[in-house]
Amino acid sequence: MSTLTLWTVIISLGVGSFLLRFSFLGMVGDRPLPPWLLRHLRYTAVAILPAMVTPLVAFSNDAGTGPEPGRLLAALVAVAVGMKTKNVLASIGAGAAVLTLYILIMG
Amino acid sequence: MSTTITKTAFWRGIRDSAPFTLVAGPFALLFGVLATEAGLNLFEVMTFSLAVIAGAAQFTALQLMQENAPTVVVIISALAVNLRVAMYSAALTPYLGRAPMWQRVFAAYLLVDQSYALSHQKFETEPAMTVPERMAYYMGTCMLVMSVWYGASLAGAIIGNALPPQIPIDFALPIAFLAMVAPAMRTLPHVIAAFTAVVVSLFAAAVPWSLGLVIAGAAGMIAGAQAELWMERRA
Repeated sequence: MSTLTLWTVIISLGVGSFLLRFSFLGMVGDRPLPPWLLRHLRYTAVAILPAMVTPLVAFSNDAGTGPEPGRLLAALVAVAVGMKTKNVLASIGAGAAVLTLYILIMG
Repeated sequence: MSTTITKTAFWRGIRDSAPFTLVAGPFALLFGVLATEAGLNLFEVMTFSLAVIAGAAQFTALQLMQENAPTVVVIISALAVNLRVAMYSAALTPYLGRAPMWQRVFAAYLLVDQSYALSHQKFETEPAMTVPERMAYYMGTCMLVMSVWYGASLAGAIIGNALPPQIPIDFALPIAFLAMVAPAMRTLPHVIAAFTAVVVSLFAAAVPWSLGLVIAGAAGMIAGAQAELWMERRA
């Protein structure tokens, strides 16, 4: 990535994030958002994050044609532990442990 | 006298936020490490963390920049991941909206998951709190978490250069994202939104300019919203 790209992203995200945070708090007389918009906003994170991760897992082998078994297993374990425990750190720890073990055992 | 009360509220905010440093710390540390591995220097890492203060959005931007996605896609995707702070802003407005503008500017800059969750719950359960007390409590919930956030970013950036190359650090990001999303699967519509996004992203992976991400994300959001409507009608 070039320095120009990086700084464009840092400044845009800094300003953009502040405007998102300031949007309502900064406006006197809080106008409510339309319900249909709120309904979609509720699912942004649970839609965008999986959409980004899925290809990283599904095409993680060296040729980029399919999943690398260790990474697929680590991803599945991270999701399972995260859903079961609702604990972000436990989920990261489980995923990292599985991948590390896999690499150690399989070489 | 009122200074004593606001001071108490401030310290209560700090105390209540203490457990959250265990979440913010590791994320900031990981960002520092990964950003350094991706080629950012110390000044760039710190400016990034200071300007944006949003783990998921920062990880998203980092990942997409490494994939050489178009800058517009990087910015839109990272802001989309961070859209929930606008909802937090709306939710806190009834409680903090009458505070002076300069305080609201600071409060907005510091609005993150932790400060929102703690403050909103506190303001709801203690409606007698005055606006200055609320603002003091809110600032209290931010101070410790933010200090840890900046400090851990710095530590991560310094550690990042020292990590041995055989550690599969490239996969730390996907694991971190999955760990953030899995606990959010609270309702059936959340699961449907995520599942739809997963399936569409596999088919849309070949779409140029990383637009597959935007398409799959939008599909997931629509699926979640529709599922919610459908469940409401049935209830």
